[in-house]
Amino acid sequence: MTDDIDTLAVEVWRGDARGGGYVAYAVPRRESQTVLDVVTWIQHNAEPALAYRFACRVGMCGSCAMTVNGAPRWTCRTHVRRVAKAGRLRIAPLRNLLVIRDLAADMAPFFDKWTEAGGTFAPTATRDEPAAEIPPETPERAAADAGIECINCAVCYAACDTVAMAPDYLGPAALNRAWTLLNDARDGGQAGRLKAVSGDNGCANCHSHQSCADLCPNGLNPTAAIAGLKRRAGRAWLRGGA
Amino acid sequence: MTDIRLYMLQRISAMILAPLIVGHIVTMIVAVQDGLSAAEILGRTQGSLWWGLFYGLFVAAVSVHAAIGLRTVAFEWLKLKGRALDMLGWIVFAGLLALGGRAVAAVVL
Amino acid sequence: MTASSAAPRARIHAGAHRGHPLWIVWLVHRLSGLALALFLPVHFLVLGLALNDPAALDGALRWMDNPWVKAAETGLVLLLGLHLFGGLRLLALEFLPWSPRQKTFAAAAVALACAISAGFLLSAV
Repeated sequence: MTDDIDTLAVEVWRGDARGGGYVAYAVPRRESQTVLDVVTWIQHNAEPALAYRFACRVGMCGSCAMTVNGAPRWTCRTHVRRVAKAGRLRIAPLRNLLVIRDLAADMAPFFDKWTEAGGTFAPTATRDEPAAEIPPETPERAAADAGIECINCAVCYAACDTVAMAPDYLGPAALNRAWTLLNDARDGGQAGRLKAVSGDNGCANCHSHQSCADLCPNGLNPTAAIAGLKRRAGRAWLRGGA
Repeated sequence: MTDIRLYMLQRISAMILAPLIVGHIVTMIVAVQDGLSAAEILGRTQGSLWWGLFYGLFVAAVSVHAAIGLRTVAFEWLKLKGRALDMLGWIVFAGLLALGGRAVAAVVL
Repeated sequence: MTASSAAPRARIHAGAHRGHPLWIVWLVHRLSGLALALFLPVHFLVLGLALNDPAALDGALRWMDNPWVKAAETGLVLLLGLHLFGGLRLLALEFLPWSPRQKTFAAAAVALACAISAGFLLSAV
């Protein structure tokens, strides 16, 4: 379908926090074309002022996520072939975040919530001590492993309807990060972290829609991580009372 | 929004409710077969300690469960916040507990 | 952060992340819970009639023999079943080790709810 046409009908959202709308562009169809290629073509050839973010182009840095035909995607590794519908693409900034300009969303609240969820590693040893030995077969290490490849692209955050309904909710990425650290034997900040994820904006808000797991480009499962947090936080609540 | 305390009360009340609902559904299916009448219902329940405990626990758990659930819906869909939100939760809890307690008393005593 | 609900956001997103089976069972759980919570006071008030006015209770019960009311009752049993089995699915999801078969569990919950309400309908008519 999209493979045998030579021009894509692309609509790109242009505007800023005050408002905006879609602008249509005709973009030449290329082989193995990614959505990021399309956006870059528009900026190079049609709209030099178009604002968007990218850095590595190989799915490492997590900076190029946008809404593509209604769903959040990492655009550098999303092939046009997979997401275009009858040669049409509609590209917008990430949902659940304010727009700065065009396709660039303000990521500050997203990263603030990482910190709020206890996403900072709290070391218990110095560089002068020997490296900690963490046997890979322990359940804690396996649980951390399952969530550790997060690239902070915010696809899960944009896909999360709980964030959409409860804007202060910490969200799947920050809670997934908290879960990996909660399973890190070297970390000394567990009490504070458990308190952070147990609060009003924490793991208890998750409705397990699993849109985050559905769309995570690295195949992580934040819903499973949050379920882990619910168990730990719930057990701590039972032991500590109210 | 929901902290771990409300979350756990919601889940614990759910765990209490699950077997009670199964019992309630079985009772309904058995009782409805020959048609329902006040005499038939009261004949089963009146003076029964077990039905009193069964439905008393049911009412208590469902009051907690529905109050927390409606509170969440009111926050997420109606944007109710702060004290108004907590008040709504308490009103639903107290209202269901009162009405449900009265209903149990009516069929058991 | 609350400001993120500002105007431009609402217009630019189609919401294609929604509508997958596990999202739909969330909506079913919410709507069934909402409906059951609204039904409960009515249920309690009707039963409460036994206290002062048993004749009125009998009247209400006779009204329930109406086939349309029977159909509505079957609908309520379906909602109760969906909320019960959907809720058990959530408890398993949250408190048991993670299983990759979430969609199977969701389908099983819906199937059990349908079976129970069909059982109720068959014994009610």
